[in-house]
Amino acid sequence: MTDTQWETYEVFHQTKKGDAHIHVGSVHAPDPQMALQLARDQFARRLKCTSLWVVPSRCVTATNYQDEDFFAQTTDKSYRDPKAFGAPDKLDPHAD
Amino acid sequence: MNMQERAPEEKQADFEARINRGERIEPGDWMPEEYRKSLIRMIGQHAHSEIVGQLPEGKWIPYAPGFRRKLTLIAKVQDEAGHGQLLYRAAETLGKSREEMMDELLTGKAKYANVFNYPTPTWADVGAIGWLVDTSAVINQTMIAQGSYGPYARAMKRICYEESFHIKQGYDLIVAMANGIPEQRSMVQDAINRWWYPTLMMSGPPDSLSLHSKQALKWKIKTKSNEQVRQEFVDLIVPQIRALGLDVPDKECYYDEKTGHHHYTQPDWEELKRVVSGDGPCNAERLAVRRQAHEEGRWVREALAAKGEKNRQDRSAA
Repeated sequence: MTDTQWETYEVFHQTKKGDAHIHVGSVHAPDPQMALQLARDQFARRLKCTSLWVVPSRCVTATNYQDEDFFAQTTDKSYRDPKAFGAPDKLDPHAD
Repeated sequence: MNMQERAPEEKQADFEARINRGERIEPGDWMPEEYRKSLIRMIGQHAHSEIVGQLPEGKWIPYAPGFRRKLTLIAKVQDEAGHGQLLYRAAETLGKSREEMMDELLTGKAKYANVFNYPTPTWADVGAIGWLVDTSAVINQTMIAQGSYGPYARAMKRICYEESFHIKQGYDLIVAMANGIPEQRSMVQDAINRWWYPTLMMSGPPDSLSLHSKQALKWKIKTKSNEQVRQEFVDLIVPQIRALGLDVPDKECYYDEKTGHHHYTQPDWEELKRVVSGDGPCNAERLAVRRQAHEEGRWVREALAAKGEKNRQDRSAA
């Protein structure tokens, strides 16, 4: 019996037009069209869904949780944060 | 530091520290072989239970009294199929294929929840399963949703949401019948009498008899013991049963003010063992129906695979 496995597709759904697509899970399917049908039955049979994407799982390249260095920041990057700047609303009248 | 160079004891200590910090373990992470095996076994059994769980109620779809009840029941059974698929996917992230798990179910090698091996002779059984069995299931699954393995916990969140609809529709059906003629009322009582002990058994053997409980708690595969889950169920359901003027089929069941919990009679643990190992009232029937469904669906799978293949060829030719 080797007729039930198929490849897997990652499923992304959008619940409102204009919003981002969010990953919700995956389905087994023999082709992308069928993956869309199964994704609809599996992830959109209740709540509102405006759009679905399916992507073959093998096409996803991901970081590894064990490779923490990948996200390590070697220098202080607080200057990228708006909160790092504290200039006052008015100019100092006593400044030269 | 590179994880590959570390000693196994160190890796295990890191792993346990992560779990104790409340971190989720994800598919690519290092994990003890025993953790992987326990989860494959547990998620697999859970998936099989959802798949077989379609059958006791599914047989009532053609006889549902009225379109609303029929549509509701179809939706519920469809949910169980969906839950089975979600769970097979979660188990697959640990390295066992869906096909392997399905084969184990069809060949009778796999175990699944005891409760689906009992017969459903009346319409009240559909209500009793939704109300009693699914209440017990939700307590168990809410607990698993807090567990340490990411894909399993996330699947549980979605499943619990849908199971709450299952409980509501079951309770609604029971209340409608309990408000009906005496024959309907006694049908409900009869269903409760038959489902009471199988439902209590569903949470698993007492912790003293449970093989896997201790380790599962330590690694947060489960976050509550079988006894805790069962007690929670009894404390929740007994007042509901009595509020409808129905009887809990246990003369020894009473609220103990000292403990703040209901005392209840332990089910027959030998019966649980028998039913889970394949020797329950309906095990053979359930597997026969499942095998037949699998065979009858074969041409659909073959057609889909052929269409998928043709699409691939068309695309590469274009």
